[in-house]
Amino acid sequence: MTITREPTARGAVTRPPARRRRAVVDGVAMPGPTERVAKGVILTVACALVILPFVGIVSTSLATPEQVTKAGGFVLLPTGIDLSAYRMIFAGGVVTQALWVSVLVTVVGTAISLALTTTLGWALSRRGAFGVRGMLLLVLVSLLFNPGMIPSYLVVQRLGLLDSLWALIIPTSVSAFNVVVVRAFFVQLPHEIIDSARIDGATEWQLFRRIGLPLSKPVLAVVGLFYGVGYWNAFFSALLYLSDASKWPLQLVLRTYVVDGTQLGSQDLGIDASSLPPQTSLQMAILVVSVVPVLLVYPFLQRHFAKGMLTGAVKG
Amino acid sequence: MTALDEARTRRGVRPDEATPSDGAPPVTRPPLPWWRRMVRDRAVLLLALPAMVVIIVFQYLALGGNVIAFQDYQPYLGIGRSLWVGLENFSILFSGDPEFLDALRNTLIITLLQTVIVFPAPIVLALLLHSLVSNRVRQWVQSVLYLPHFLSWVIVVAVFQQVLGGAGMINNFLRAHGWQPIDVIGNSDAFYGLITSQVIWKDTGWATILFLAVLAGIDKSLYEASAVDGATRGRQTWHITLPGMRPIIIMLLILKLGDSLSVGFEQLLLQQDAVGLGVSEVLDTYVYNQGVVGGYWGVAAAVGLVKGVIGLVLVLVANKVAHMFGEEGVYRA
Repeated sequence: MTITREPTARGAVTRPPARRRRAVVDGVAMPGPTERVAKGVILTVACALVILPFVGIVSTSLATPEQVTKAGGFVLLPTGIDLSAYRMIFAGGVVTQALWVSVLVTVVGTAISLALTTTLGWALSRRGAFGVRGMLLLVLVSLLFNPGMIPSYLVVQRLGLLDSLWALIIPTSVSAFNVVVVRAFFVQLPHEIIDSARIDGATEWQLFRRIGLPLSKPVLAVVGLFYGVGYWNAFFSALLYLSDASKWPLQLVLRTYVVDGTQLGSQDLGIDASSLPPQTSLQMAILVVSVVPVLLVYPFLQRHFAKGMLTGAVKG
Repeated sequence: MTALDEARTRRGVRPDEATPSDGAPPVTRPPLPWWRRMVRDRAVLLLALPAMVVIIVFQYLALGGNVIAFQDYQPYLGIGRSLWVGLENFSILFSGDPEFLDALRNTLIITLLQTVIVFPAPIVLALLLHSLVSNRVRQWVQSVLYLPHFLSWVIVVAVFQQVLGGAGMINNFLRAHGWQPIDVIGNSDAFYGLITSQVIWKDTGWATILFLAVLAGIDKSLYEASAVDGATRGRQTWHITLPGMRPIIIMLLILKLGDSLSVGFEQLLLQQDAVGLGVSEVLDTYVYNQGVVGGYWGVAAAVGLVKGVIGLVLVLVANKVAHMFGEEGVYRA
């Protein structure tokens, strides 16, 4: 990008003389001062609307009980830090239990999903091989419809997966969209590499393992993030398939104790305490625990978004 | 290009059509019978197998479960022994059952809101982000605004409750300054406003990603040429930018149309207890509440089936219409 300035803007040290025409970048005139201020205000407000609630939630989870009581529930800036809410939810009760379930489902699920998606994506990128056209068609057509909630439930029931954590993983383990994204990436790998490896005697598995996977790290990062976040956030599949509360993932616990406002007693928390922190602090601590994993992986994967998304969108 | 590829091109074989594990020159080979090709490509098929099984079982075989829409399905009898009742379950669609009509009306209202208010929001935001000169500022803003997309509906609903609820951030502030608190959470009159703002908060930022990619791909020389001809920024937006975005806008509208009968299932289910079914029951929650919760499996499956078929037909028709107007649409068959 080059900025073509007016020839009158000489003498850069002192204030440049007022320009009659605005600078032009790639044929688009630079915005005027009013427009800039308006944009700045809009975007600042938009970002604040996203960030401020989280500041409030983290602050309330950390604030001392006295401050929470005094503020009537919500604290924006804590005066002192009190970790008792976290200590209590990690003491081994329902929240700890649910946290382990969520971690387990997310880790195992993402690993399975990535394995299934990359192998199918690779196979579908081998144009000309037997059955590939038919399978690609099956994958693409499945994007157009959804079998529906009741039929999906019947399949899970028939397979005997009700009340099993596998019900949270297997039905959603392959996303046709992600398969298409991964396939699009494999298709555009240079043929030269694959052909020469083949001439050197590489098997299909070696091609996939030694060439396909290492070259597709950015796409795998994004697809893995989508799967991981999907498993971590899964709420309805757990509600539908798990009736045993001891197997609930974090999202269901979050719904019960934060959205529905069910009181968390010391029995639920698995502790023997006479005084609990205010319910608000406990609720906010649960909320923080459920958001933090997403916040932790987000920055690492964020730079891959555009790249990973667009391979699928543009070339798929 | 390798010598191998060159040789293939000379023989009129596109390099990418060359089949794997073919040691012999492709041109002299007579077409193999299908089972020989299957054996030859067994490694590829084996790689595809596990994921294809999942797709076939949970997408295609699951479709078969829709037969219970024609049954008086009882879970303890199963599909095999439940009684067939013909179209009886579908009569709910025509008999004017008030709960069903409520669900249908609410679905259409919410779809309308999502099309008129939620859909254009990311287009406007993308134009705004695209017009930022500083790449660093833009990336910062994008990072922040993409984030809510990755939070679950449970978290989003909880956050909104904590901010707007009776003891929430805003009401505490208002009370502390002696003003009237606002009543949003659990107020059925404000419900549609609430869920619309939740959707905007969660997904507007993320939805800009496709629009921004399209904006970055618009030919820069168009702007330069128009600037020479004296076009203002407004005219450039109207005559270059928006026409450049038209294909993607139409594509997303078609996809939206296919989804128009399934609105915010998890979002609404989470908030039904607070505002009541009168405003918050939509077709998807109706299927869940009637079928899984209420045990009217056949009726729920019938409603779900009709909804699915209508959604599919809407996409196919809209795609066809887009083609008739010379647009790309979603796919070409």
